[in-house]
Amino acid sequence: MSDPHSNALADRLAARFGETLTISTVRNETTAELSAADLIAVATALRDESAFQFSELVDLCGIDYLGYSQVEWDTDSVSSTGFSRGVEGQAMGRFDWASRPLNEDKPRRFASVVHLLSIVHNCRLRLRVFCDDDTLPVVPSLTLIWPGVNWFEREAFDLYGIIFDGHPDLRRILTDYGFVGHPFRKDFPLIGNVEVRYDPEQKRVIYEPVSIEPRVLVPRTIRNDADLMQAEAEAADDWQRN
Amino acid sequence: MQEIRNYTMNFGPQHPAAHGVLRLIMEMDGETIVRADPHIGLLHRGTEKLAESKPFNQSIGYMDRLDYVSMMCNEHAYVRAIETLLGIEAPERAQYIRTMFDEITRILNHLMWVGSNALDLGAMAVFLYAFREREELMDCYEAVSGARMHATYYRPGGVYRDLPAQMPQYRESPWHKGNDLKRINSWREGSMLDYLEAFTNDFPSKVDEYEELLTGNRIWKQRTVGIGVISPELAQQWGMTGAMLRGSGVEWDLRKKQPYAKYADVDFDIPVGVNGDCYDRYLVRVEEMRQSNRIIQQCVKWLKANPGPVMVKNFKVAPPTRFEMKEDMEAMIHHFKLFTEGYCVPAGETYCAVEAPKGEFGCYLVSDGANKPFRVHLRAPGFAHLSSMDTIVRGHMLADVVAMIGTYDLVFGEVDR
Repeated sequence: MSDPHSNALADRLAARFGETLTISTVRNETTAELSAADLIAVATALRDESAFQFSELVDLCGIDYLGYSQVEWDTDSVSSTGFSRGVEGQAMGRFDWASRPLNEDKPRRFASVVHLLSIVHNCRLRLRVFCDDDTLPVVPSLTLIWPGVNWFEREAFDLYGIIFDGHPDLRRILTDYGFVGHPFRKDFPLIGNVEVRYDPEQKRVIYEPVSIEPRVLVPRTIRNDADLMQAEAEAADDWQRN
Repeated sequence: MQEIRNYTMNFGPQHPAAHGVLRLIMEMDGETIVRADPHIGLLHRGTEKLAESKPFNQSIGYMDRLDYVSMMCNEHAYVRAIETLLGIEAPERAQYIRTMFDEITRILNHLMWVGSNALDLGAMAVFLYAFREREELMDCYEAVSGARMHATYYRPGGVYRDLPAQMPQYRESPWHKGNDLKRINSWREGSMLDYLEAFTNDFPSKVDEYEELLTGNRIWKQRTVGIGVISPELAQQWGMTGAMLRGSGVEWDLRKKQPYAKYADVDFDIPVGVNGDCYDRYLVRVEEMRQSNRIIQQCVKWLKANPGPVMVKNFKVAPPTRFEMKEDMEAMIHHFKLFTEGYCVPAGETYCAVEAPKGEFGCYLVSDGANKPFRVHLRAPGFAHLSSMDTIVRGHMLADVVAMIGTYDLVFGEVDR
């Protein structure tokens, strides 16, 4: 955020925690990456020490980095039949539960991202903790430091299956009672797994496998020309009068 | 003597005071709450996952449907996050329009809140009065976007279009005729800004009316004073923001402390409470309506004096005009690319927050350089607030739970996402 403390914050963090944190500041937003083992000690210090005083935990969310920077539509190379049609790929809109992609041994898929706010210093800090094990992602719980994180951790557990060690009540929160799977994982199909309907014969709501077909309307693609340098140059060039 | 044991009670999800689909499992000792366990997620639509599956612009409409009584503020957080990653900034006029509509939204939200909260606590009339003014402001939404609620008006790079030069008028009908028709059209003779000017001149007296009904009302005070007291420390521990935090006396408002849009250039005050109870939060929100009115007045004045573009002239992000498209091949191509593929956002991550009427509404956006977001996380104020329910209502009476649900200002569109 646009306050003068942000860069000073990165310096203070580096001075206090040294090698424990990997600090980067982009657009005045400071991000610190740390290992799960250090989280509790660092978080306690961030809350209590007068140089930081992050009294509020604003947000915690999970991320699944599976498929980061993978595209469905290759725009770099062209074959004799033209560009790729953009119909291949493994984005979550393209598969159902039975044909979901299996883990490709991507190291460290899951991360928990925390946003802290210091009201006294008027600054924000982002902490990112990667889970070491993809099959059983575990991060220490922050509930003893900021009790308000309780539901955010439940949400991350529900949607990503990240287990928060030490959480007093790690239940599902947003999904249905008895839901199977962690729906925000990138290998969970967008169309879901089951659908419900009322069955007049059994006189109750029943679960069935989904009947809709997965489909993607716009393929995912990465273009570097859209870093807007070119756009600015074009605007300056005033192409309309060319 | 027989031992009296606690019993468990279910509240909601279909209950008029549950503000949507809250389900509360309460352990009661007589009429006293021993433990409250809110069950949420009945309105979970997976907005964040849906947003990952489509180009950036196509998710703006989903933001309206999160907190469906403060629509444009949600859009603002999302659009700002995209703009931050793209490194573009909306033109000044668009920034003023956003500031103005954020405040219109705040009034809309607080009117809904004061009406429904009073209704929950047994005061029917306030609801009817509040909806009278809500209707007038929703006409502004409609005039500018065509939709009364789900506007999709903010776009990365500005706003969808400029304010209308003519405010739509009522036509004669069996319901609006004669002097009644003349009266409701009297504000609508000129532009939308004229209409808003007339509204803002009139609105403080309307706030007086609500205050007349509630502020000194003995029953209202009995239901709210000393109920749900939240200390500043507790509020911060539970990640509270907005009126929930200010009601406890912490002077924290993102519009002042981390200004965005044009909040640094407009004049307004932050009201804070003293005791941190439901009554103080009511007073804070009522005063916020007056302050929002002040901000709208200033924006109207500026917007009348300063015409200009409302969208960046960058066709990689914003579409060219219809006129240009019909004249120019390149404009046509830009339009086609934008509406089929969308734009690619440079890799990076950002957290952009706005002071939504309910508190801090944040958007954490991670892009890997593609035309779709890699991860969108929406930080909803109501989610954090509701999580503190158990801590706060323990020891209160059952009827106070209703007062507490009201004071949280919950909307399940954003809690469940």
